[in-house]
Amino acid sequence: MTERIGVYVCHCGTNIAGIVDVAGVSKWAGEALAGRGVVIARDYKFMCSSLGQELIQKDIKEQKLTRVVVAACSPHLHEPTFRNACKGAGLNPYLCELVSIREQDSWVHTDKVAATAKAKAIISGGVERVIHDEELEPLRVPIHPDTLVVGGGIAGIQAALEIADAGFHVYLVEREPSIGGHMAQFDKTFPTLDCSACILTPKMVQVGNHPNITLLTWSEVTKVDGFIGNFDVSIKKKARYIKEADCTGCGICWEKCPKKVVDEVFEAGLGKRKAIYVPFPQAVPKYPVIDDVNCTYYIKGTCKACEKFCPTNAIDFNQKDEEINVKVGNIILATGYDLFDATRIPQYGYKRLANVYTNLEFERLSNAAGPTGGNIVLRDGKTVPQAVGIVHCVGSRDQNYNPYCSSICCMQSLKFAHLVHERTGAEVYNFYIDMRTPSKGYEEFYQRLLEEGTHFVRGKVAEVTNVARVPAEEGKLIIQVEDTLIGKQRRIPVDMVILSAGLQARHDAKEVAKLFGIACSYDNWFIERHPKLDPVATMTEGIYIAGAAQGPKDIPASVVQGAAAAARVLGKIQQKEVSLEPIRATVNQDMCSGCRICNNLCPFNAILFHEDKMVSEVNPALCQGCGTCVAACPAGAISGTGFSNEQILSQIDGLLLLNIPHQPAPVAQ
Amino acid sequence: MTEETKPFEPVIIGFTCNWCSYRAADMAGTARMKYAPNVRLIRLMCSGRLDPTFVFKAFAGGADAVLVSGCHPGDCHYSTQNYKAMRRFHLMKRVLAQLGIESGRLKLLWASAAEGAIFAKEINSFVEQVRALGPLNWNTTSPEILDKTVKEEVIA
Repeated sequence: MTERIGVYVCHCGTNIAGIVDVAGVSKWAGEALAGRGVVIARDYKFMCSSLGQELIQKDIKEQKLTRVVVAACSPHLHEPTFRNACKGAGLNPYLCELVSIREQDSWVHTDKVAATAKAKAIISGGVERVIHDEELEPLRVPIHPDTLVVGGGIAGIQAALEIADAGFHVYLVEREPSIGGHMAQFDKTFPTLDCSACILTPKMVQVGNHPNITLLTWSEVTKVDGFIGNFDVSIKKKARYIKEADCTGCGICWEKCPKKVVDEVFEAGLGKRKAIYVPFPQAVPKYPVIDDVNCTYYIKGTCKACEKFCPTNAIDFNQKDEEINVKVGNIILATGYDLFDATRIPQYGYKRLANVYTNLEFERLSNAAGPTGGNIVLRDGKTVPQAVGIVHCVGSRDQNYNPYCSSICCMQSLKFAHLVHERTGAEVYNFYIDMRTPSKGYEEFYQRLLEEGTHFVRGKVAEVTNVARVPAEEGKLIIQVEDTLIGKQRRIPVDMVILSAGLQARHDAKEVAKLFGIACSYDNWFIERHPKLDPVATMTEGIYIAGAAQGPKDIPASVVQGAAAAARVLGKIQQKEVSLEPIRATVNQDMCSGCRICNNLCPFNAILFHEDKMVSEVNPALCQGCGTCVAACPAGAISGTGFSNEQILSQIDGLLLLNIPHQPAPVAQ
Repeated sequence: MTEETKPFEPVIIGFTCNWCSYRAADMAGTARMKYAPNVRLIRLMCSGRLDPTFVFKAFAGGADAVLVSGCHPGDCHYSTQNYKAMRRFHLMKRVLAQLGIESGRLKLLWASAAEGAIFAKEINSFVEQVRALGPLNWNTTSPEILDKTVKEEVIA
């Protein structure tokens, strides 16, 4: 045995030492594994601290260690830490193994004896593996300076502007005809009650005019290839039937268009738009879209009123979808959220009882630019409600629907209560489970509402009905609820009910995640790299997430994430190069028989076959290091760095303690 | 404690992929979900890296069972490589049967990075399943195959 191995066992405070006999494990490793090259084994309170790292570095120099095994937390947390420590002491970082005795041992087991024994086996596996580790150098690849931002809501807008203002090019892709997202639909924003459009539209205009932003609305990403620094992205630019170069956005076309359609997207079904339309007056870009499903010309073959009246001949009924291919170095996903479908809770009466509204409908109803010009009236278009009930947690914090808290609904419902009170003078009842106002200025807003005289009823609404029991309830919507503060059932008659439907992941979040190679949580929100310390990165290098696509979030939090993701991308661009893990497959051409089994296994087409020499070769630029070809090669001609056969087979030996010398029991004759 | 009263504790080698199932194990840890301590994990980049040799080597070396885990079908970080692991899994089951090893000693588990709870629960049920099967009875006198009980005492 020529290697000199150091084993370092971390206490992690009591996280590991509370269950695993850390000192005992360390002593055992020093003795039992001495025959395998372990020359020193130590335990320490916090191996990741600077003192812990110095301990390792000192040993590398003084004990002339050639390999290091650290038994601590998951390699996904601190592998870079310990590799860097080794590098600092002159040892190739890939000669260091971090084995997990915390996430996989002390945190998940309660039996101290069994957990200690398992820690020994895990360390033994790490020691056997490290012997076969090879010196590696990270692969350096250049980073393309352009960035793709998917989603033009406030998070995507913020991210795009931050990067563009720093002098780098951004492609901003938005599925709808205009950027703006949900925020563009709102009237006021909590807790300051500033007008949503007033703070959003200047940013939208900035995006539209920015020399560093290519804005692709009415477009969707269809394909993503490559890896950090070098993504190839295909974008489908759907036909608008408008020649953008000629259109001035004058608006004559949608004035003249004879076809009216209910706007289910922007007006949430409350208002109408034309078949050629911009979703709202401040839309960016200013060009309209022809809705080819409802346009009379596409249905009957005649009309073309818009074409007739267009002063610049910008209408093109023959326009086709276009495929745009771009190369980018980094991608930010800010694809937002969907609203919980309130019809899933039939007892609340949405779509059955006319004057039950969702939160998005109420946003449009209260919006000065909305279908009623901001007048809060019932569906008949004229009656001002005398009493309004606002139901919190619709579809949220409910084991039957979404178990999580949607985080924005309390504040949004308080905002609604304020607006109703201010504009109609109606009595307002808020039905809440718990009041959650955990941000700057939010609790103060709640106090303000209490002073305004809003009625707060603590209880989950059982039912909204129009079946009256007493004359006072005739013609009203009655909210049946248990008021848990007084311990009584109550029936409260109101004229209008607003359901604060919760937030949920986009219906197609899973497909989008798959397209970009990232993961979704149980509720289909995109998963961040670390929930606390790396909230906008994902497990896939070069792909970042921002805004409500990662989880329920209000506007300030979405803006923070958009800016944070942009900062991460700018950091990568500034480095000009990125280090990739040198985990790649290579073919030993002397051993390759040319059977070509590996060729079809590679999803990245990284394996070339040389017809002349009848051997295969892996292109390291395309190889992603999954190792499938390594496992499949019948000749054993392909080796995978970082996860070689020797490393894994030895680790199995180690985990099964086949490396521990002892006298076998005499075989009975 | 005598041999009769001591319950059989199987030794199980588990293969995880870097992106989903290893993260499910991390998740189970972070959430402090408790499960049986019988499984010792090896991290591969992808379940597609799983060379059947690894599984047979584990059995030959004294493991009572082997767990193979990866991303859910369709969720593979490398697009479709977990399907290749699935193909090999079925092949390995047939080979094991021919060697006289119960097919219940090899388990395939799909677990996403969010499914720590499922990972923990499945490990518990697998350990129970293997405990019911009893020790893998290698009828060998080869000195290379060490007596497992002696080995386990070394670390106990």
